[in-house]
Amino acid sequence: MKNSKSVAFVREGMIDQQPAPASQIGAVRWLKDNLFSSVLNSILTIISLLVIFWVLSGIVPWMFGGVWNASSLSECRDILNERYGNTHYACWAVLTERWQQLLFGFYPAEEIWRAVVAFVLMLVAIAPVLFESVPRKLLWVTIAFPFLMVWLVWGGPIWGPLLVALGFVLFYVSYVVLERKSSTLLALIGSLVIGLVWWMFCVGPLSEALGSALPIGDLERVESRVLGGFMICVIIGLSGIALSLPIGLILALGRQSNLWVVKAICVGFIEFIRGVPLITLLFTASLLLNYFLPPGTAFDLTLRVIIMVTLFSSAYMAEVIRGGLAALPKGQYEAADALGLDYWQSQRLIIMPQALKISIPGIVNTFIGLFKDTTLVMFIGIFDMLGLSNAIRANSAWNGINWELYIFIGLVFWICCFSMSQYSQWLERKLRTGHH
Amino acid sequence: MTTMIDPPKAAGFHISQLLYDTRYRSMTIQVIVFLLVMGLGAYLLNNTIINLAAADKDIDFGFLGNRAGYDINQLLIPYSSDSTHWRATIVGLLNTLLVAFLGCILATIIGVVAGVLRLSKNWLTAKIMSFYVESFRNIPVLLWILAFFAVLSEMDRKPRSFRGEDAVNNMWLWDSVAVTNRGTYIPAPIWGDGSALVVITFLLSLLGIWAYGKWSHRRFEATGQILPNFWYKLGIFIVPSLAVFFLLGRPIALSIPEIKGFNFSGGLHIRNSLLALWLALSFYTGSFIAEIVRSGILAISKGQTEAAAALGLRPSRTMNLVILPQALRIIIPPLISQYLNLTKNSSLALAVGYMDLRSTLGGTTLNTTGRELECMLLMMMVYLAVSLTISTFMNVYNNSVKLKER
Amino acid sequence: MSAELQNHLADEVAIQITNMNKWYGDFHVLRDINLTVQRGERIVIAGPSGSGKSTMIRCINRLEEHQKGQIVVDGTELSSDLKNIDKIRREVGMCFQHFNLFPHLTILENCTLAPMWVRKTPKKEAEELAMHFLEKVKIPDQANKYPGMLSGGQQQRVAIARSLCMQPRIMLFDEPTSALDPEMIKEVLDTMVTLADEGMTMLCVTHEMGFARQVADRVIFMDQGQIVEQNEPEEFFNNPKSDRTKLFLSQILGH
Ligand SMILES: Nc1ncnc2c1ncn2[C@@H]1O[C@H](COP(=O)(O)OP(=O)(O)O)[C@@H](O)[C@H]1O
Ligand SMILES: [Mg+2]
Repeated sequence: MKNSKSVAFVREGMIDQQPAPASQIGAVRWLKDNLFSSVLNSILTIISLLVIFWVLSGIVPWMFGGVWNASSLSECRDILNERYGNTHYACWAVLTERWQQLLFGFYPAEEIWRAVVAFVLMLVAIAPVLFESVPRKLLWVTIAFPFLMVWLVWGGPIWGPLLVALGFVLFYVSYVVLERKSSTLLALIGSLVIGLVWWMFCVGPLSEALGSALPIGDLERVESRVLGGFMICVIIGLSGIALSLPIGLILALGRQSNLWVVKAICVGFIEFIRGVPLITLLFTASLLLNYFLPPGTAFDLTLRVIIMVTLFSSAYMAEVIRGGLAALPKGQYEAADALGLDYWQSQRLIIMPQALKISIPGIVNTFIGLFKDTTLVMFIGIFDMLGLSNAIRANSAWNGINWELYIFIGLVFWICCFSMSQYSQWLERKLRTGHH
Repeated sequence: MTTMIDPPKAAGFHISQLLYDTRYRSMTIQVIVFLLVMGLGAYLLNNTIINLAAADKDIDFGFLGNRAGYDINQLLIPYSSDSTHWRATIVGLLNTLLVAFLGCILATIIGVVAGVLRLSKNWLTAKIMSFYVESFRNIPVLLWILAFFAVLSEMDRKPRSFRGEDAVNNMWLWDSVAVTNRGTYIPAPIWGDGSALVVITFLLSLLGIWAYGKWSHRRFEATGQILPNFWYKLGIFIVPSLAVFFLLGRPIALSIPEIKGFNFSGGLHIRNSLLALWLALSFYTGSFIAEIVRSGILAISKGQTEAAAALGLRPSRTMNLVILPQALRIIIPPLISQYLNLTKNSSLALAVGYMDLRSTLGGTTLNTTGRELECMLLMMMVYLAVSLTISTFMNVYNNSVKLKER
Repeated sequence: MSAELQNHLADEVAIQITNMNKWYGDFHVLRDINLTVQRGERIVIAGPSGSGKSTMIRCINRLEEHQKGQIVVDGTELSSDLKNIDKIRREVGMCFQHFNLFPHLTILENCTLAPMWVRKTPKKEAEELAMHFLEKVKIPDQANKYPGMLSGGQQQRVAIARSLCMQPRIMLFDEPTSALDPEMIKEVLDTMVTLADEGMTMLCVTHEMGFARQVADRVIFMDQGQIVEQNEPEEFFNNPKSDRTKLFLSQILGH
């Protein structure tokens, strides 16, 4: 017997871990915690279950009872009537028949491999930008991608894109050489002039000469107006974002600058673009752009749309980058100054690398917005997926079909946008916890 | 020995100073940028003038005073095809503002509900709300507008099916609302003599509620007493207006839609175009607002809830006194920019044939007069003015919040 | 003064500040500052917070602009002429309270950046130089890490090495140790002492009075934007003249 008055205590055997009571573990515990923790909670659970049941009971049979093989809506309905006695089921056959058109527009069927290759290349090119763990060597694909894409999608001899790319090399080399000799600003201006001269006066004749002398990689030409479907959305969205990055960068710097003329111009531009709906800009592209250009210049609607979309997203991009700039501590600017770097050097070497990195989630979000907005091009006669769904409906075989097409289009967009937004959230979390 | 070195003489003005002297450098750059931009502007303008001359056109807003000659199917102010283009523009603008206003209200309600429910302890509800948010955010709003329009116009509720004893479909809410595939009919007020007085009383009682709130707060500060504010406010809200309403002999009546022949008459007809646009914009924007609300509450609630609980505040008071005021500060700026987006997205009315600013001024007027330049310019300016007005409100609000913070 | 003597003196004078005044808006931060720093001189600047110490040394490399008076560094007047500013910034290195290393560059890249882009030194040479100075501040083995992976003391030493890589003739320190934990202060001060022993011209804003006693040739006390007192360290600490100085010293050494 222990002395009950003593406070000293020594444990002789350790207690083994005991299983928790049933109310604390497993499914019961989970249900209790998450679904029935209070009266209100239980009511919510029941309402939620009812909503889910109501929605699913409407959709599931419709979806899974659908017909996948038929050549027209009426044939589809005949099959359904035969099978179920009514037509309350989906007619997926429209997708079986038209999915290629929805994805690639009127792109010639035997050339579609080119679009697919370009798409795969795009994924490879984007990977190193999005993920640090991807080998840096792939950045070369990223650099080459725009030129390859133009060549693959629009066709023609490879010389055109190659010479344009060469112009960039020329630009870069002359910049490096001039930078050693003079200031960054002068080097930039000088190399820009050299590049422009090359692009405007040398590329055209040279590519023609080379094309006839050495017809290498001569893909069949594809007109812009046959581009459509998902492909045109990707092309417009991607070029819009890529081209708007440098413009947005300059606008953001201009908005931050203490030169008030520059600042006023940038603020005016940004606020104007952000103040009007994209659709008015698209109409400007289709109706008015020809007024603003020298008489006789008529260029491709796709290109005009890309220009407008670029201007549009550059304003939003500028705001995103401005946020990134504002997040940098003032000390970074001061240290760069104290080391004797000039404005452009410190922007390029110190400020931008950091600000852009912080801005990537915002840039991705801008891209998601822009990508969804590319559906607006249907209003100016470009056949994106929604435009094509109208065209398909206009065909007497499929007149009256709605949901199957909308669901397909919605799903394509959802997959793209959802994965991008997951990526941007992941990156945000990483930036918040990362060290450098 | 005060100065050991003579100051290098400021030897006149040197041309290189334009670039290498901080005093002039910024001037130089600004002048260059200004000239470049002006040059670009002049170039575009010059092209425009040449192109206009070639097309035998000029820039003249006089056409706005001409007869429009087309009908608009939804009117907030009197208009007929004999009215001017300017009037048509105003009608369109009002329709834009109407759908934007209704959309902002509904989107806020949906967004707040979804945002709060997404934080709910109920796993199922939270998941349903996540599903809602993720599906609406990640699919283009244009698709949603088309989908809502398709739902509304393809439902099996033809007005004719409401007819007779054995009607297939029924009106809702005590036979006052008819949802059909041709639009929705709701009761409309008929303003009789003296209805103005009722409205004024109602407005005054709103003012009264506000004044009462101030007074009771001051009283609470002075005496520490908490009055049952909600019931008092409800009383002020209802009683005076109702009293005046009955005293004046019920001056406001309701016109209830009724099925007459194959269609409804009476009441207010809300077209499917407006309904689809309104619902799609609200649900789409609501999904963004839900995220804003959720992250606003999350950002504040963590430590603050515990701090408030430690002070002994009840959970409902914690929400009202501690979390909401702070969360609002985070929520409001992005919320306003969502309102801006909604307003701009209302221009997608085009897809369902709703007659908004873009469809009147930027659509029929533009096509019938052939004045692309003027119409587009005017339309952009109007949208810009609307946007700037909204963002001005945002800045005013933001600044007032900031002041309180200091 | 004969031209010869003037040249000779100019060579001996590293920094010459004459009647310098500065305002932030209508707030007069620096009032009639007069200061001559001889080449090789080590000066410690002390004073209560907000007295304008940082502002003064930041004027010396034009991180802040003064409005009146004259600053001559190494015979070059600090005016609005960009070329002069660039020249002076190359001659003057600076260390900040919060290090301000570039977090996206490795330690080595931090050190080679300015030599490569400002002095146009070839990369290999710049790296050798950087390693030389990193050895001097005793962290050559960290060269390929990122600043975020280093301790505060190590970061500050990297910052010193980074400034030294531009081979400046004058170093400015703005409270280099006040953001550091006590056990790291010594390693940074040791580095600064080594620098001082090599004859670098130094201006240090610091409250490390031990350091001041050990290496300073002169201690300057500032208050309300003015130089209130300056003297040799022994005199300054043992026999302060001004009441303000006495008060300040009693607060800083008192406990
Ligand atoms: N950018 C600025 N704008 C306005 N006032 C400033 C600014 N920087 C510093 N000041 C003010 O100038 C005074 C001197 O600052 P500072 O030189 O940093 O003091 P110290 O370094 O001696 O603590 C302080 O009162 C400070 O509030
Ligand atoms: Mg300071």
